[in-house]
Amino acid sequence: MSADEIRSVVLEKLLQVAPDIDPVQLDAQMPIRDQYDFDSMDFMHFAIAIGREFQIDIPEQDYTKLQSLDSTVDYLVRNSSARTNAIGK
Amino acid sequence: MSEFRLPSLGADMDDATLREWFVKPGDVVQKGDIVAAVETNKGIIDIEIFEGGTIEQLLVGLDEKVPVGTALALYRGEHESAVEEFARECVQRPKKNDSTEPSALTAKTKHPPLEAPARKRVSPAARQRARELGVNPDTLHGSGPGGAVTLEDVIASAGPAAPVSSTTTNADASASGMRQAIAAAMARSKREIPHYYLSTTIDMTRALDWLQAQNAERPLPERMVYAILLLKAVARAVKKIPEVNGFFVDGQAQLSVPVHIGVAVSLRTGGLVVPALHDVNEQALDQLMPEFFDLVDRARSGHLRGSELQDGTITVTSLGEQGVETVLPIIFPPQLAIVGFGSVIERVLPVAGKPAVRRVINASLAADHRVSDGHRGGLFLAEIDRLLQEPESL
Repeated sequence: MSADEIRSVVLEKLLQVAPDIDPVQLDAQMPIRDQYDFDSMDFMHFAIAIGREFQIDIPEQDYTKLQSLDSTVDYLVRNSSARTNAIGK
Repeated sequence: MSEFRLPSLGADMDDATLREWFVKPGDVVQKGDIVAAVETNKGIIDIEIFEGGTIEQLLVGLDEKVPVGTALALYRGEHESAVEEFARECVQRPKKNDSTEPSALTAKTKHPPLEAPARKRVSPAARQRARELGVNPDTLHGSGPGGAVTLEDVIASAGPAAPVSSTTTNADASASGMRQAIAAAMARSKREIPHYYLSTTIDMTRALDWLQAQNAERPLPERMVYAILLLKAVARAVKKIPEVNGFFVDGQAQLSVPVHIGVAVSLRTGGLVVPALHDVNEQALDQLMPEFFDLVDRARSGHLRGSELQDGTITVTSLGEQGVETVLPIIFPPQLAIVGFGSVIERVLPVAGKPAVRRVINASLAADHRVSDGHRGGLFLAEIDRLLQEPESL
């Protein structure tokens, strides 16, 4: 999956959790919770949806890497490529 | 025959609009079954029946607005035999157009017989417009595919004299309804309840370390949030200081044995609801977590149960998410107390005589001075603190 594809899936999951988020207005580099009402329960839903979609378990200490749209995409790109490499060997 | 009536879901609720029937005549229901969904100023609420039996007749149609106490349906209770019922009906057949008739302030159009509540196919846009115009779309002739009622059908039915669409949207109207409901409850609280306020700082470092270790071993969907520890600690502390748990009714305190914690949940559209998490003291953290998750979800998406809005015995509000340090809460009447938690922050505290960086949380209590005093309230907060220092035994 390319970074663009990952981004569109992440955005889709985000909008499912918080339908009031405007994808056009959203600052991709800024933490989501600084821009919208996005509390820990919303975050749990988001993380569960992402974990399920990309079939990865996201440890609690990695939660900080999922704070903005960009950082979430980076995290997933890195983790999915790491996993592909591992399978490749 | 018994009447299933629209319950009051709080002192501030006057009426509700019936949005969905989950039963039809002939259906057998158990005590606690959800039989209908109504829309109130607190959103869509699922209402339960509190006696088992057989549904006989539905009295209120979809999208009808009726006052609290209106009979929504007739049912035969499981203890009423059909013979007894028949005998009673022969002697005293209920008059038509009696209390069973939907109230006058409801539908402006004639309804079909309600025995067949199958919902007509109505496009979402048509249903929305029909609601704005006060028309029951299920009574209209549908010109769409399969007899579906379309937006055009609704507009045509309303005629040229119909009110033009109002300037406020449904969401606005429901948000302002909720604001009024909150205002009424809080004004009553401030007017009637002599509050006293206490606050203390609780060291959460042990509890949060323990939680992190627990969560490290769990897959994501099973992980716990720290709020669940706070709720459990409050419920356990109530057992020691019971005069903060219950209601003040008719000039006296009615302490409650069950601990149903009302959890303040803010909504995306503005406002808040306070549904109750039941029997918090009786349940393990692992049981509470999915229930809490589900409760918050339903508070935001609709489909809280009527009972959840009625039976909270104490409230907890946690405003820590957006960085508030201290909450000075207002009691939700007729309850006796509310506990507020701020956000977890780092502070330098003395530990064994040396400064250390600790994660702390501010806990506050507003309680009813007619029932308890600062000494007991202080013991209550101290007990919450003590329990949070032993997270493994929560």
